[in-house]
Amino acid sequence: MITLHINGLPVSVEQGTTLLEAAQFMGFPIPTLCHKEGLSPYGACRLCLVEIGEGPRARLVSSCTYPAEEGLQVRTASSRVIQARRIILELLLASCPQSKTIQDLASAHGIQQQRFKQEYENCILCGLCVRMCEEQMMAKAIGFRSRGEKRSIGTPFDIQSEDCRRCGACLYICPACELRCTYTEPERAICGGCANLRPPCLEKEGFEDMMCYMDPCVACEIKKD
Amino acid sequence: MNPKQIEKIIDDHHNGNQAGLISLLEEIQAKYSYLPEEALRIVSQKTGTSLVDLYGVATFYRAFSLRPRGKHLISVCLGTACHVRGGEIIASEFQRQLAIKPGETTLDHEISLETVNCLGACALGPIVVADGHYFSNVTVKKVEEIIHKARAGLDRIDIRSDERIFPIEVSCSRCNHSLMDKSRYIDGYPSIRVTVSFNLKHGWLRLSCLYGSFSVDYEYQVPLDEVVNFFCPYCHAELRSSSFCMDCGAPMVPLLVRAGGMVQICSRRGCKGHMLDLTGVNV
Repeated sequence: MITLHINGLPVSVEQGTTLLEAAQFMGFPIPTLCHKEGLSPYGACRLCLVEIGEGPRARLVSSCTYPAEEGLQVRTASSRVIQARRIILELLLASCPQSKTIQDLASAHGIQQQRFKQEYENCILCGLCVRMCEEQMMAKAIGFRSRGEKRSIGTPFDIQSEDCRRCGACLYICPACELRCTYTEPERAICGGCANLRPPCLEKEGFEDMMCYMDPCVACEIKKD
Repeated sequence: MNPKQIEKIIDDHHNGNQAGLISLLEEIQAKYSYLPEEALRIVSQKTGTSLVDLYGVATFYRAFSLRPRGKHLISVCLGTACHVRGGEIIASEFQRQLAIKPGETTLDHEISLETVNCLGACALGPIVVADGHYFSNVTVKKVEEIIHKARAGLDRIDIRSDERIFPIEVSCSRCNHSLMDKSRYIDGYPSIRVTVSFNLKHGWLRLSCLYGSFSVDYEYQVPLDEVVNFFCPYCHAELRSSSFCMDCGAPMVPLLVRAGGMVQICSRRGCKGHMLDLTGVNV
């Protein structure tokens, strides 16, 4: 057993436990985006970062990939952590404003505006779909390609992969892509309404009822009533 | 592309793990100047590495190309030192003269242009590398000359001064009639005339008699990687030995050397496999 301190409280965990698991065990909330139970930790989104160490040697690490160490001092909500997390959320919003997951996370952290150049990507390269396909579906049909700003996720040669069974797990787990729409009736999930989406807030009266008030809004819930 | 050759490259490399993957891909790229899709699929099957991972590696490294590249590669350095000395202007001049962008190949599949970030010879900048030959202090004026030299072939061996290359006289291994043809010269020497047939086409093929030169002349264009049947133009016997090429597995073509011994050449177009057997000759 390893004893470490999270936010000043001592906690004993087993060897190999990550800081995220230890903090969640203690009931300290840490937001995550690219971390899902059943998939290997990846540390791509950096939302789960926490501050470890003391004084000038204190640093930020991603808690989902950092294993617990004896005597470690962990702070899950120091001002430095909160600030870094807010910047990350703003950057995520700047690339994927239409993602409900990101919007919800942002509003939970009190972010109402992002100050970067607005882009409309449909992928944040969190690698959830790649890990889902490989680790849970045992297919390995999609993967990362290229690098740097050209990095993308897809099948080899951009053609239908023979390994793909069209199970839809990648769409299911994706926090950013457009096909994620679940409409208001679960049985009619993936209604295709997103494909010809018009900002519904323009026609609706109850603007406050809408899920998002981020600027600009493109993916408000289509039908609320 | 020949699946057998790919499989041979893999067999030579593969030792049951992913460790040799990059050198394996390099080897394939060296042979075809790019990584054909079919080749990646064969590698995936033979090594057990998933196609996704292979594709990821092939697209990650700039050294690998998934599209055919030209015969000659021109790299323009745009590193910091070269950049401040005008590398950008050199690069745009190459783009203008070749009418292609970096990363593209000219329509005649002769020249590929690419930009690189540093070649490690900053004091000599701006640097341009064509087929492994460095050109230093390049100016816009020199661009045309470099393209011209690259097209002409910078790696060409001088057949007059290189001692590894020597002329041989050969004759048919069946009727012993000389195959030398003094009516047509290749590389400045009488050519070797044989008859070839492939795909219902039947015509003459002239080979350079220089051992080490692979210049050929033909009546019908033989597609690359095509295995053709060789015949003696005098006794019309097929020239085919019982042995197979060490490189690609195609049947070998035996030719008697006038001075004694035998030379065997691979019957696959583009394959440079050959054997020289000079047993019983006092050299």
